[in-house]
Amino acid sequence: MALFQSLFGMLYQFGDTFAFLVIACAGLAVIFGMMGVINLAHGEFIMCGAYVTASLARVGVPLPMAVLAGALAAGFVGVIVERLVIRHLYHRPLDSIIATWGISLIATQGVLIFLGSTMQGVGTPLGSVDIGGRFYSIYRFVLMGAAVGLLGGLYLLFYHTRFGVIARATIQKPQMAHALGVNTGRMYGLTFGLGAALAGLAGGLYAPTMTMVPTMGATFIVESFVTVVVGGADIFVGAAPAVAILAFIKTGLTAWYGQLFGQIGLLVTVILVIRVLPGGLSGWLKGTTR
Amino acid sequence: MTDRHSSLFAKGLMAGAAMALALACPAFAQDGPIKIGVLEDQSGDFAAATMVKVHAIQLAAKEINDAGGIDGRPVELVVYDTQSDNRRFQEFMRRVLQSDKVDAVFAGFSSASREAYRPIVNQFDGLAFYNNQYEGGVCDSNMIVTGAVPEQQFSTLIPWMMEEYGPNVYTIAADYNFGQISAEWVRQIVEENGGNMVGEEFIPLGVSQFGQTIQNIQAADADFVVTLIVGAAQASYYEQAAAANVGLPMASSVNVGQGYEHKRFNPPSLANMYVTTNYIEEIDTPASKAFVEKFHGMFPDETYINQEAANSYIAMYLYKQMVERAGSTDHDAIRAVIAEGDVCFEGPSGNTCLDPQSQHMSHTIYLAKVGDDHSITFPKVWEDIKPYWLGEAGCDLTKSDPSAQYTPSSPPPAQ
Repeated sequence: MALFQSLFGMLYQFGDTFAFLVIACAGLAVIFGMMGVINLAHGEFIMCGAYVTASLARVGVPLPMAVLAGALAAGFVGVIVERLVIRHLYHRPLDSIIATWGISLIATQGVLIFLGSTMQGVGTPLGSVDIGGRFYSIYRFVLMGAAVGLLGGLYLLFYHTRFGVIARATIQKPQMAHALGVNTGRMYGLTFGLGAALAGLAGGLYAPTMTMVPTMGATFIVESFVTVVVGGADIFVGAAPAVAILAFIKTGLTAWYGQLFGQIGLLVTVILVIRVLPGGLSGWLKGTTR
Repeated sequence: MTDRHSSLFAKGLMAGAAMALALACPAFAQDGPIKIGVLEDQSGDFAAATMVKVHAIQLAAKEINDAGGIDGRPVELVVYDTQSDNRRFQEFMRRVLQSDKVDAVFAGFSSASREAYRPIVNQFDGLAFYNNQYEGGVCDSNMIVTGAVPEQQFSTLIPWMMEEYGPNVYTIAADYNFGQISAEWVRQIVEENGGNMVGEEFIPLGVSQFGQTIQNIQAADADFVVTLIVGAAQASYYEQAAAANVGLPMASSVNVGQGYEHKRFNPPSLANMYVTTNYIEEIDTPASKAFVEKFHGMFPDETYINQEAANSYIAMYLYKQMVERAGSTDHDAIRAVIAEGDVCFEGPSGNTCLDPQSQHMSHTIYLAKVGDDHSITFPKVWEDIKPYWLGEAGCDLTKSDPSAQYTPSSPPPAQ
């Protein structure tokens, strides 16, 4: 029984970290991994989704609908930001760092000024379940399911729909796609909006478990960047295995040595990966299979 | 306009401005204002708990000015937003001391920020009020501390909790000087009372996911959990612990009284939390009610009036009293007044007095219990709890100024 308890506990922790990394990094994987825009406002898109979700849920909208609305709102903001700022900065990564950082500061301080330093959250739904003598939050299992669903959904979207093919074509060979009649400007905008919406989704999904403050996005951003850098440009070949490896490292170190070492482990991993595999896991995997 | 005209115009403008100034503050003497620097976090991770400190200082300054100022001189506040960033504290501390030349500074929320600016206060021989509860042990004649310290919060809280719930204690603490030293205090008091530490965990600031920690607590068979976690990100612990049905009573020196988590989180995630604090707005005394009313009169939208707000407010009045008794803002004269040992103020939290040896403040300590619906009750009140530890350990600022921070495991060197 004790063995089952600790085994299940470890598995649960792994799943929990896995879910957090997948959900937190999905939006960034699209915007930074695929499109190459270093988006330092990723956390603020997450915050946007979380705030919209919490506001709607508190006026009585069912949580799944509220989460969806949060994602849509963030996606909408993303499309606007792309139109106004980002589209001038493709292929200017250093400038995009400054611009998105500025957007992030404006968003955090704007929310602080207009909505105050804190907002009441929505409680975590669904309660808890007793498995082998320990209690686990059911909502955490929902998050794990959502993470797997998110990976599957993105795979279908990018590899089995017309939008996905055109989006990948636009990003890999913009001139060629343009010559074939693709409205590349619109595709960039939509893809960026999709990334922002995924970030909003992350915020919406985690809103019931976290404190609602304007800076809440910051707690996602390190893990997101680490995952995408380790994964490399391709979400499925790179980010998915990267998440699995990072979740394993983080869960293991956190379980044995505490939270601090879990974080150190993540950062050491990313340093090693940048040094040894500059193209990330996906660059390496594609290189070996070619 | 010709040159002559414009210079005439300028003179007229200046004269008008001078008149307006003279009319605006006729009651004040010629010395000019007493300048007080206010370095508090108005943005960033800590802003939720510290905005109200700025407001409390503004409220006290307004009251003091309306009543004729300090010794006939108006109070002028020099306010900077330190953005929850230790480097900003250093930068602005230099600025208020060197270029704004303030007479006193009210500064700091986190202990990391205090330790960041304290050497600068020492360097320029400033006078800083730290109006925050903290891990204790700062023996520095340039610092006056009005917040509660561990011997006031833990020597009351921990034995009470152990008697009520049992001897097995699990501590989770923020991983920086505040959390580490507070946890050391908890450990020591638990051992002195025959209890047993079943676990102790330090969480880096900014961590918001507590899955593993919650599991460790569930596995450890604790009777209650001491939560010394700090900042908005770490506060996610309560929601996550409640969702995982941890169901243990919690004891804390930082929650409720500071970040009003019972107002921000949905019940019952904070149910069964016990906090020792020297003030929160729910305290049901006439002085407290009057304070809340005055506060809302000036700041109608104030979310919550926490213990730091009361301490900041008290600190302003203590400073007023000290300057008036000393007859100047000179720091040695002020310290001579403190050394008399009767600098006291009857404020929103009851009577408080400055201890000359440590320049810390005595408090009435309220045990606040958070109910299932997040309402607050006070099962116990301890009157006149002194900040005794530093004095007993050998810190005596009336004799010497080591400008150091001590902990139970590294006390002041024996004389």
